[in-house]
Amino acid sequence: MNELRKVIYNCRKATYLIDKRLIGSITFRETVELRIHLIGCKVCGIYMKQSKMINQMIRQLLKSEKPQEIQLDEGFKEALQAQITAEINKN
Amino acid sequence: MDELTKPPAGQTLDPKNWVTAYADYLYRYAISQVNDEDQARDLVQETFLAGLQSQHNFAGKSSERTWLTAILKNKIYDVYRKKANGLKTEEMSNSIGEEPDFFHEDGHWKKEDAPQQFGVDDFDPLARKELNKALKNCLQKLPALWLSVFTMKHMEDEATDSICTELRLTQANFWVIIHRAKLNLRACLQRNWM
Repeated sequence: MNELRKVIYNCRKATYLIDKRLIGSITFRETVELRIHLIGCKVCGIYMKQSKMINQMIRQLLKSEKPQEIQLDEGFKEALQAQITAEINKN
Repeated sequence: MDELTKPPAGQTLDPKNWVTAYADYLYRYAISQVNDEDQARDLVQETFLAGLQSQHNFAGKSSERTWLTAILKNKIYDVYRKKANGLKTEEMSNSIGEEPDFFHEDGHWKKEDAPQQFGVDDFDPLARKELNKALKNCLQKLPALWLSVFTMKHMEDEATDSICTELRLTQANFWVIIHRAKLNLRACLQRNWM
């Protein structure tokens, strides 16, 4: 009961569980505790929504292919090509 | 797409065409992960050279591009690891850093730090774009180790175990970092958005 109390009245712990649950897993007991906390705590409800949104945005940010305009300059590529050709011919 | 037109297991390496075929692709990949043009160039170069050295490891099971991308990814992890290690000796007394002070002793939100609705409509592309820009800025403000952990986890759904091994973290520290990074990111967004 004491442990349960702690989460039910503790936003610090609740937000930790929210973040962990979004990309990992929490125990059944923690799930129940979190659910009870969220019933009474609107602020952590907002946190959960925003935490989820941030994850989505970060994924998009990282996965989005950069526009084709982003390219290495020709000089660098030529130098690189020369380096590789030299390496190949060494063997 | 290409898999169908090529005979199975017929993949071979053709290093003399790497620059033409993959340099720009790998550069774009690198830049999306490290956000630094000079470093991204170096990474592309290192990837090709490492590829040349380890041609004998190519089993022909994946495409040339996939194989080179895997090498690049490992190089990117090295960058993260170096950043993470440099950090420990610098300003931080321990690897997980300071607890953001958004809560009172009893665990309740401090009034001024409590989350508020952003009021961003999912269907408002302009607002989403602005919010994305704010998020990018906020990401740059995170301590290097936190950013590395965060990026690795979200980049390719990397398993938590392997991130912990790569960055020499305990599972417990990993989750504390994820949580603190998120608390700070969200707070930063709120400050810049509202």
